[in-house]
Amino acid sequence: MSSYTAATQQDIEEMLAAIGVSSIDDLFAEIPEGVRFDRALDLPAGKPEQEVFAELNALAAKNTSADDEVSFLGAGMYDHYIPALVDTLTSRAEFLTPYTPYQPEVSQGNLQVMFEYQTAISELTGLPVSNASVYEGPSAVGAAAYLAKLANGRKRHLVSRGVHPHSRETLETLAVGYGTTMEEIPLSGGITDLAALKEMLSDDVGAVILQQPNFLGSVEDLAALAAAAKEHGAVVIASCDPIPLGILEPPGALGVDVAVGEGQTLGNRLDYGGPSFGFFAASQEHIRRMPGRIAGETRDVDGRRGWVLTLQTREQHIRREKATSNICTAQALNALAGVVYLGWLGKQGLVELGELLARRTAYAREALTAIDGVTALHSQPVVREFAVELDAPVEAVIARCQEQGVNPGYALGRDYPEFSNGLLVAITERRDRAQIDRLAEVLGSAIAAERGAVEVAG
Amino acid sequence: MSDMASAQTAAQHAAGELGEDTVQVTGSVPSGGETPQQRDAAKTIYEKSKAGRRAFMVPATDVPDTPLDQLIPGALLRKDPAKLPEVAEPELVRHYTRISKRNFDLDSGFYPLGSCTMKHNPRLHERVAALPGNSRLHPLQSDSHAQGALELMYNLQHALGEIAGLPHVSLQPSAGSHGELAGVLLTKAYHEDRGDQRTKVLTPDTAHGTNPATVTMCGYEVVKVGTNPDGGVDLEDLRAKADDQVACLMLTNPNTLGLFDPNIEEIAKIVHDVGATLYYDGANLNAVMGKSRPGDMGFDIVHFNLHKSFTQPHGGGGPGAGPIAVSERIEPFITRPQVVMAESSNGDGPRFELDYDRPKSIGRLRGFQGNYGVFVRSYAYIRSLGAEGLKEASELAVLNANYLLARLKEAGVAEYLPVAFDRICMHEFVLSGAPMKKDLGIRTLDLAKRLLDHGYHPPTVYFPLLVEEALLVEPTETETKETLDAFADAVADILREAKADPTIAQSAPYSTPVRRLDEAAAAKNPVVRQPL
Repeated sequence: MSSYTAATQQDIEEMLAAIGVSSIDDLFAEIPEGVRFDRALDLPAGKPEQEVFAELNALAAKNTSADDEVSFLGAGMYDHYIPALVDTLTSRAEFLTPYTPYQPEVSQGNLQVMFEYQTAISELTGLPVSNASVYEGPSAVGAAAYLAKLANGRKRHLVSRGVHPHSRETLETLAVGYGTTMEEIPLSGGITDLAALKEMLSDDVGAVILQQPNFLGSVEDLAALAAAAKEHGAVVIASCDPIPLGILEPPGALGVDVAVGEGQTLGNRLDYGGPSFGFFAASQEHIRRMPGRIAGETRDVDGRRGWVLTLQTREQHIRREKATSNICTAQALNALAGVVYLGWLGKQGLVELGELLARRTAYAREALTAIDGVTALHSQPVVREFAVELDAPVEAVIARCQEQGVNPGYALGRDYPEFSNGLLVAITERRDRAQIDRLAEVLGSAIAAERGAVEVAG
Repeated sequence: MSDMASAQTAAQHAAGELGEDTVQVTGSVPSGGETPQQRDAAKTIYEKSKAGRRAFMVPATDVPDTPLDQLIPGALLRKDPAKLPEVAEPELVRHYTRISKRNFDLDSGFYPLGSCTMKHNPRLHERVAALPGNSRLHPLQSDSHAQGALELMYNLQHALGEIAGLPHVSLQPSAGSHGELAGVLLTKAYHEDRGDQRTKVLTPDTAHGTNPATVTMCGYEVVKVGTNPDGGVDLEDLRAKADDQVACLMLTNPNTLGLFDPNIEEIAKIVHDVGATLYYDGANLNAVMGKSRPGDMGFDIVHFNLHKSFTQPHGGGGPGAGPIAVSERIEPFITRPQVVMAESSNGDGPRFELDYDRPKSIGRLRGFQGNYGVFVRSYAYIRSLGAEGLKEASELAVLNANYLLARLKEAGVAEYLPVAFDRICMHEFVLSGAPMKKDLGIRTLDLAKRLLDHGYHPPTVYFPLLVEEALLVEPTETETKETLDAFADAVADILREAKADPTIAQSAPYSTPVRRLDEAAAAKNPVVRQPL
């Protein structure tokens, strides 16, 4: 048992004497007897570091990680390679162990990272203002909807069915608090139905929420969708995957007011879903409605360049019930990984990565749709992910593939009953042609076996 | 320029004064007045960029090299690449290593930041979180292939529920503020399920700012409850404001003054008698683990700050996690999915699953299962400490706080920095700098800045709002007596120095990478990105 403490019996006695009490229990005398906890917590006894390591190592070994199979799972988090320097830099104590930069004189490293990060996000999204990050992707979408509510007070929010199901569910949860209603814009042919959006729009719509590329992997025509929304004065929100933004026109150039998204793909681990970071960028007019921390440049009393947390009058610790959000921390360490990763990719590297993904994804889409029993779910342009429909029960097919060491992707049926045997397949730079060929082979066999099984059973 | 002159003197002075414990700020201040770090002008990575430099090498294109505009219509493609930096790996590593040294960090020095529980971060936690079975596990991996992760989450749920004294736990919220959001939405769902529309939420005037901010986001009106002369909730005021329109009282206990509210049972009764829920802001749980449980105090909903009591590296402000524990009556509404255990019928042992079938659930508040990497670290902590260790951690946190308070009550300090409420404190305490400001002419901010020259991160300043010139001090259990003594001595030294010459503290710090920064100018004309 360790509590990572250093107090010796002698220390304790000296300290109690200085305080003027005779026992540690005296320090807890203020707790009324009725609520004093008078038994031991029902938890296992503590144990030495090596035994805790062994226990957690054994638990971790029960999981099938992206090292244990060839994985084509994506649907919001992707198996990109993380360069070693990200690990080195994020594990430096100077970045790992401080807190929010409340004292800017001794937090310049952290604040400068925020400033550089904000610049990178601003470049990626084509929007002038970025905060220092929020929790993660879907909650960032929820935070953007609150910004829209603050901006125009309108109650109707329209969200595309192409937005990640977790983002849509988060929006539904939060709408109860915001006093807004969520209505779904249908998909048509794998993209947001522009005609349907136009019919739903009116001057009481406060926000139109889209995703780029959408959950089915399709590149949306954001310009057309945004233009329709703008005619009615709605705030246009797009949740974006930052890697494809290396080759896709940035949302800020297409009429999007607020671009948010999941930052995991930028140098962060899969970690079974978190921690990662959410990015949040907006047009200039919304700068004082932004949630979260923002670093700004300034000078010190001697004229040296420096950075501080700025526009804090938006925030909960100053404005309390009038704050623009209750968020008080960023995901600073994860955002650091993000900006280091983007620096590693560099200006050309991000483009080259996007091009490689687009070509391999096109190859994979062709290879899979050539299989008997696999058809494309849509024919829209894609960058890193695409959807197909199987002529066999998808969950059973996935299980068969996993037995062969290949995870073919995400079953769409849970979130999209209309695509009950849909499969969403993600490509990263770690999935090469040979692995894609192996996926096609394993998937083909699994479908054939499953159809055979059905015939035999029939 | 008199400011500069006194700065010079003070810098020399500071150099002589640096204590043994000082790690971050070392060496003498050179006669030029600038430290090496101060001479190292801040340049961003964008300013070190040069066209054609690179670190990343893209894998070879092993598939048909189709022109991009044949794959994606040209209108959707980017015309100009994002202006990311162009640097080689050595420069990238050096840049971030150098700027990292412009941070103060917990590994290097004492960080008594009140309400933030800056306790040691065991390095075992980083190792187990990085195991490929954890760090390389995709969040949509099937339950049957993620049994270790689900078992860990299930066990953590149980442990947190036991510590809170409330049986049902959701790990999903990503931070304390996110847990609060969950808690108030749960309250709303609970009342609405009973057909009861309520309009107000009570928060004490000592509350963390996140409490009222959350209440507004959830569509309730904030009603403030006063504080009594002992630092607890003003019961008369609470009785007057508790009516059938009140949905919830959000409370921190021990509160932000570091005091345990001895009237907690009465408070719970008043709140429950009007049908409202009682919400526990768990920011201060580090004082009472294994000593008193929010559930036993009458709370319905609790959030934990795993990054505080259950030690996570604070990362410069995130990541953390804010799981919640709730009572039976709130359980039907808890976020989904939940991790559940199903006993197998064939004797294979338990199976763990994500349960989405929760019809009354408020739904999700984020993607996937929550900050799993944070769960791994906190679970490792709970397994290392066990029941006894957790209790001991709280006991020593309270002992350290009271000892430091006793040291700061000594002559030379107490007359300028009196404790705001003179009682036994819990894990933190509040001093008021009002006499210091009046008698010595230095403000709490000046004291904080001068502490930087002594190699300490200052306590939380100007919170809680109730106390004039407040200084909120939380030493945590992982600091030694020697560190606490040295810190108390530094405070006494600064006050003695201010008595002789207040301008020294007024212009501090001197030895930090930059000195006081113009925050007003930053807010007036915000420069929030590098112009490129």
